[in-house]
Amino acid sequence: MADVNRGNRPLSPHLQIYRLPMTARLSILFRITGVGMTLGALLVTWRLIAGAVSPEASATADAVLTSGLGNLVMLGSLWALMFHACNGVRHLVWDAGFGFDLATAEKSNMIVVGASVVLTLLVVLIIR
Amino acid sequence: MVQLTLPRNSTIRTGKTWPRPEGAGNIRKFRIYRWNPDDGENPRVDTYFVDLDDCGPMVLDALIWIKSKVDPTLTFRRSCREGICGSCAMNIDGSNTLACIYGMDEVKGDVAIYPLPHMPVVKDLIPDLTHFYAQHASIMPWLETQSNTPQKEWRQSEDDRAKLDGLYECVMCACCSTSCPSYWWNGDRYLGPAALLHAYRWIIDSRDEATGERLDDLHDPFKLYRCHTIMNCAKTCPKGLNPAKAIAEIKKLMVERAL
Repeated sequence: MADVNRGNRPLSPHLQIYRLPMTARLSILFRITGVGMTLGALLVTWRLIAGAVSPEASATADAVLTSGLGNLVMLGSLWALMFHACNGVRHLVWDAGFGFDLATAEKSNMIVVGASVVLTLLVVLIIR
Repeated sequence: MVQLTLPRNSTIRTGKTWPRPEGAGNIRKFRIYRWNPDDGENPRVDTYFVDLDDCGPMVLDALIWIKSKVDPTLTFRRSCREGICGSCAMNIDGSNTLACIYGMDEVKGDVAIYPLPHMPVVKDLIPDLTHFYAQHASIMPWLETQSNTPQKEWRQSEDDRAKLDGLYECVMCACCSTSCPSYWWNGDRYLGPAALLHAYRWIIDSRDEATGERLDDLHDPFKLYRCHTIMNCAKTCPKGLNPAKAIAEIKKLMVERAL
């Protein structure tokens, strides 16, 4: 391939200066939520295993997961799951070749974010 | 590879503030990236003041004004001044565009200008586009045929010709590819939106007879599939084209031919 960095040429700034559009921000969020959900999955697994081990282990897991911080993490994981699912559907639509013009993409930004919040609240209301 | 920070030789220092034009009432402040290959120093950002009453409306007008009136060492590419040559592509106010067709009035506050992002810098606002052009050449940007050359021209129906609209207008300014985070992290192997838009332009040309070979070449985890539909390309294209859509069409063709 071509010799692209002759001498001591600097690399021009990228993330430092680029004004990332909402589609790009949500793309990063998609990646982060994908990785972050594993944390929620681990905690849920811990709760299930603790339930099978002993009443004491079960109580400990319960106490941690329903504490203030525990609730916050679980709520965050729930929202991450919902956001990831909604944006995943958007990717399916994109892969089918639809929704690429900028106005539509901006609308689907709002739809994905809005739907993830609504679904999260819905689940919270149901399981309360 | 993903490296979020700049290498040590690329971090940006505060540069020089050049004098304000004397007696000017209508002044605009510009912050412009500078790097001189001859002085061995890091890049810096210089501050300039432009007299808007003495200058045209476009960002390129301001750059030319600075070069002629303030600092002749400021270096940038420009040619047609009407958005058809693609030479003056740069990062203005946080996104990539052509300085000649971008009005100063489209920017709020000071005008910040950097070279196209994540590229080796030759000098000031000039990036090295060698690799970008090589990637374009690699997609065989020409009509590839096996049939005998016809006596007259290769005929094309109006419908088939219409398929090239939104593709043939690309001027290869590199705004899209250098706006793409996937291209930033994997530009050595990912072809990037510009080259892929051109690839699609030849794939769907009704006269081209190498569609299979073209798709074979793109069937690669990096060349095509590093596109994650981030959409920066379509957002930033100064010609209003949509490389993301073209890439999605290639991905669809890949699926269709596998079925």
